[in-house]
Amino acid sequence: MASVEKRTEAAAKGAVADRQRAMGLLAKASRTELQAAFDALADKPVVQPVRGPETGLVMVRGRIGGGGAPFNLGEATVSRASIRLADGTVGHGQALGTDGVKARLSAIFDALFQQPAHRAEVDALLSAIAARIADEDAEKARQTAATRVDFFTMVRGED
Amino acid sequence: MYVAVKGGEAAISNAHRLLADRRRGDRSLPAIGIEQIVAQLGLAVDRVMAEASLYDRSLAALAVRQARGDMIEAIFILRAYRTTLPRFGYSKPVETGAMFVERRVSATYKDLPGGQLLGPTFDYTHRLLDPSLLTDEEIDAPLERDEAGEPVMRVSDILAGEGLVEDDGDMPDGHVAGDITREPLEFPMARDLRLQALARGDEGFLLALGYSTQRGYARTHPFVGEVRIGEVEVELDMPELGFAVSLGRIQITECQMIAQFKGSAKNPPQFTRGYGLVFGQSERKAMAMSLVDRALRAEEFGEDIVAPAQDEEFVISHSDNVQATGFVEHLKLPHYVDFQAELDLVRRMRREYEAAQNTDTDLPEAAE
Repeated sequence: MASVEKRTEAAAKGAVADRQRAMGLLAKASRTELQAAFDALADKPVVQPVRGPETGLVMVRGRIGGGGAPFNLGEATVSRASIRLADGTVGHGQALGTDGVKARLSAIFDALFQQPAHRAEVDALLSAIAARIADEDAEKARQTAATRVDFFTMVRGED
Repeated sequence: MYVAVKGGEAAISNAHRLLADRRRGDRSLPAIGIEQIVAQLGLAVDRVMAEASLYDRSLAALAVRQARGDMIEAIFILRAYRTTLPRFGYSKPVETGAMFVERRVSATYKDLPGGQLLGPTFDYTHRLLDPSLLTDEEIDAPLERDEAGEPVMRVSDILAGEGLVEDDGDMPDGHVAGDITREPLEFPMARDLRLQALARGDEGFLLALGYSTQRGYARTHPFVGEVRIGEVEVELDMPELGFAVSLGRIQITECQMIAQFKGSAKNPPQFTRGYGLVFGQSERKAMAMSLVDRALRAEEFGEDIVAPAQDEEFVISHSDNVQATGFVEHLKLPHYVDFQAELDLVRRMRREYEAAQNTDTDLPEAAE
C-alpha cells in the first residue's frame, strides 16, 4: 500500500517536472516557432479563452550578495493567457515580453501537452525549441571561451 | 484674489508637432528602427531598462527613439508606462551563481574555476575613434574555442571556504523584502530596500559617489572580487498550478566588491562586501552600486559617518533621476504668480531699506 502511494507520488512529481520543463521551453520559444507548429497541427483544437491574453509586470527578485536574503531588483513585462480545450483541459501560457499572441499559443500547447493524443506532436515541438536554444547557447559559450585569458609566466634567470 | 490664466494650447500643440519633425530629422535618411536600436545601441537600451526599473528591450528602445536619445527622458517615459500595467507577482530570486555567463572577470584571483572571460568588453581598447565605423564595413565573425565546460565559480565562495569573507547578507528571520514601488521611502532603510533603490538609481550619480569613496570620502579600499554578465532564468510561482514556471531569461550584471576588514569580539577579522546587481549589460553601474552599497553599511560596521556616500538619506533621496529631473525641470514651468509675490516682497524690502538709508543721512547721530 505504502509503495503504491510512493509510486503515485513519484509519478505525480515526474508529471509536474515534465510540465514545468514544457512550459519553460514554451516561454523561450519564438512566436514564429509556435505559430508554425500550430499551423502544422493536423486537427486544430477548439479553443476557448479563460483569461487574457494580458500583459503585466513581474517584480524580479535578486539576492543580497548573490545568495542572501531576497530583494526586489526591478520589474519585467510578462504576457500570459489561459485557454480551455473542448474536453475541459486548461492550458496556461506565460513569458517575458508583451507578446499576447505568443502567450495564447503557449497556453494551447500547454493544454495539448496534457492530452495523450497530442503529446507526441508537442514533444516534437519542445525538442525543436530545446535544440535551437542549445545550439545558440553552445555557439555563445564557444565565442565567450575564445575570450578566456591564458596567462603565461615570463621566467627570468635561473635558480 | 487668484486669477487663473489660460493660453498656449496652440503653441504647445505646434511645439509637439515640431518636436516630431525634428525627431525624424532629415527625411532623405532612412528612419531608425526599434530592432536596430536594440541591436546596435544595446547599452543605451540597457541603461534605460535599468533606471526605468523595467526589463523590456523593445519598449526601452521605443523610449530611446521617442526621447531622441535623451536617456533620462527615455527612462521617464518607460517608468511612466510601467504604472499602466498590473502587477502579476514577484519572481523567485534569480540565481546568479547559475548564470549563463558571457563575461566574468576577477581582480582578486588570476586563476580561478571558470577563468577570466573577457566577453564583449571595451576594456583594453585604445579609445581611438574608429573611422571604419563611418561606413558599413563587413565585421569579422567572432572566433570560437571549445569551452572547458568548467563551472564559473563565484569568487565569494572561494573566500568563504576559508571563512575570510562575510556571508552573502541576511535579513532578520521573517523579514519580507520591502518594495519601494509599494511603500513610501522611510529612513533608516533596510539593506534590501536600499539595493532596490540603487538598482534603479542614476548611473552618473552612483558613479560620482563611488568615485568619491575611492578618493577618500568614506574610504573602503575595495577590490572587484568579480564582475559577471550573463543570463539568468526568471521563475514565477503559479498558484493555480502549485508549482513555479520559467518565464524566460534576462540579462543582468552582477558585481561583488570586496572591501576591507571588520572583526568583532565574536567574529575574527574578515573582508566585508558591497553588492551590485543591474538589468542588462551595465558594468560601470553595477560596480558603482556595489561601492555605494558598501559605503551605506557604515552604521552596521560601526564606522564614522563622515562622507556623502555614507549618508543613506542623502544618497537614496537623490539617486532617482526621474524624481530629480521632475523637480529640477519643473523650475522652467510658469511661476508667474510666485515670482510676482517675491517681486513685491523685494520691492517692499527695497523701499524699507531706502527709507532707513534716508533716515540715516538725515540724522547721522541717531544711529549712535
